[in-house]
Amino acid sequence: MASEAVTPTVLSRSRSRRRSVPTGERVTGGVSQAVLIACAVVVVLPFLWTIMSSFKTSRQVLQSPFTLPDRLHFENYANAWTQAGIGTFFANTLIVVGGALVLTMVMGSMCAYFLARFRFFGNRAIYLLMVAGLTFPIFLAIVPLFFILKSLGLLGTLPGLAITYSAFALPFTVFFMVPFFRALPSSVTEAAAIDGAGEWRTFFSIMVPMARPAISTLAILNFVGLWNQFLLPVALNPDQSKYVLTQGMAAFAGTAGYSIDFGALFAAVVMTIVPVLIVYLIFQRALSGSVVIGADK
Amino acid sequence: MTGIAPSLPTAGGPSRAARWRRKNLTFDKISFAAVFLGIPLVVYLVLVLSPFVQAIGYSLTSWSGFDASTPFVGFANYVKAFTDADFLHAVQNSVTLVLVLPVVIIAIAIALASLVTIGGSSSGPVRGVRGGEFYRILLFFPYIIPAIAVGIMWGQIYDPSNGLLNGILTSVGLTAFASYPWLGDARTAMVATMFVMIWASVGFYVVIFVAAIKALPAEIFEAARLDGAGRFRIATRVTVPMLRSNIRTSLIYTGIFALDAFVFMSALNAGGGPQNSTLVISQELFKTAFTKGEFGYACAMGVVLAAITLLFAGVVFLVDRLTGGREDLQEE
Repeated sequence: MASEAVTPTVLSRSRSRRRSVPTGERVTGGVSQAVLIACAVVVVLPFLWTIMSSFKTSRQVLQSPFTLPDRLHFENYANAWTQAGIGTFFANTLIVVGGALVLTMVMGSMCAYFLARFRFFGNRAIYLLMVAGLTFPIFLAIVPLFFILKSLGLLGTLPGLAITYSAFALPFTVFFMVPFFRALPSSVTEAAAIDGAGEWRTFFSIMVPMARPAISTLAILNFVGLWNQFLLPVALNPDQSKYVLTQGMAAFAGTAGYSIDFGALFAAVVMTIVPVLIVYLIFQRALSGSVVIGADK
Repeated sequence: MTGIAPSLPTAGGPSRAARWRRKNLTFDKISFAAVFLGIPLVVYLVLVLSPFVQAIGYSLTSWSGFDASTPFVGFANYVKAFTDADFLHAVQNSVTLVLVLPVVIIAIAIALASLVTIGGSSSGPVRGVRGGEFYRILLFFPYIIPAIAVGIMWGQIYDPSNGLLNGILTSVGLTAFASYPWLGDARTAMVATMFVMIWASVGFYVVIFVAAIKALPAEIFEAARLDGAGRFRIATRVTVPMLRSNIRTSLIYTGIFALDAFVFMSALNAGGGPQNSTLVISQELFKTAFTKGEFGYACAMGVVLAAITLLFAGVVFLVDRLTGGREDLQEE
């Protein structure tokens, strides 16, 4: 913003090219740096405060936002895990997200492969129909979906939730994978066909290994998306013993305002964040790289 | 919340792809087609597409869900919606969100992305700030954590007496905020909620725009600098026009995000906020369906929400055209 002041002319630039950076330049750099540091603080501070608060007792939380915990109250984590049921929710989430992830990746890559590599009547129509699913608000579908799952006997079951998750993750996965499969060289499949490999064999022993980079990036993106899913479980998974983490968190935070165990609430937030944080830190290069691919197209 | 803004569809059919000939349909090929296309398609049609279509049909009935009868009532649900004070309030709030959030999020994201990519000091070619990569990774982080966790965390930060925000404000001498209820006062509840939504999503678009700016040819920046353009001018006059298609896509995705808002509202003010100041369509729909059991009416609300989404996308494309996006579209 303040960088408008800087208008380096050709003259000054050539004069100071090899020696020092002009003052105006340094001001620009300094201001940029200051703005970004401020933003970084706004991002990080809430997390640090949450982590700190998760080690305080409820009384200490209610005392002041800045009091340091007298000691690390790890019992908050234990309480959240057992009494608030975060442990159960965690296990449910692992089952649902794990199942949905496998389903999404298998169905998504199969469907994308078929749409990308085979020409048949209706190909384009099916592709567009899939991609259209990206833009509709889920809220429009949620009521009929409730009754569809009910009539299939899948309402409020973990497998039902997993299938629904993956159905809604399918458009995104297909949309991302189609260009990828399309770009793989056709000479390889032709060679496989000449060697007598059938379609099944070609896909599983040749295409999947070649598509591994795309498949793994999408698996990470889908993992984050599925882990964060909120509306689908809240609407379609009414049985408390089967709650997933996001849903359980909302229920926990919503229970009776004042009697709430604040330390445990903060601990629950930390425990919800940690798995995605770990995945993000390990795979961040692949993750933001894939976003870049998406943005470039 | 699964949304990670993907790109525009790539044009063109599978040109080099194998042709599916009727003659040599073997068992291998038939089973392959049935499984590879059939299964995903059936799952998608049953669980995604058919609910959307059914919703439109149900919106014309006074269906209560628990018996088989779906009495046809024509447009009565829509008439009801537009005379229902709570729903109209929700529409108004959702429209406010969709008018404010996309523009603010994209503006902040472009500003930060510009700082990261061209804001650094240098005597030669334009350069990003030192540690640009670090900021990019850090700013992206809020986007990947569950929105419900973000909401609960900020709910505590906004807490009138034990929250971090009022703690900071009072410690720097602004004692007037000692126990100010940010989410409990109709004047600030919406703004406070918007801030959380911006906080949670802006990093994603920073990453998008950093990538897009880095993909621009370096000579353009060189030429602009040689012509004497400052950083601010480069950002507004050179970068932004070249990012047109990214901005268009991002606006539509932030619009969808703003019109949903359900998870943030649930975490920050589950009941719609003071004087319904943060009540949005998605919340009203959810309550109408799953608390009141008026499923037909809820579907009508869903149709209204979808119509607003389409209208917003239409406006984005129209503005894009009117401001000269045509050439750019043709280029693609």
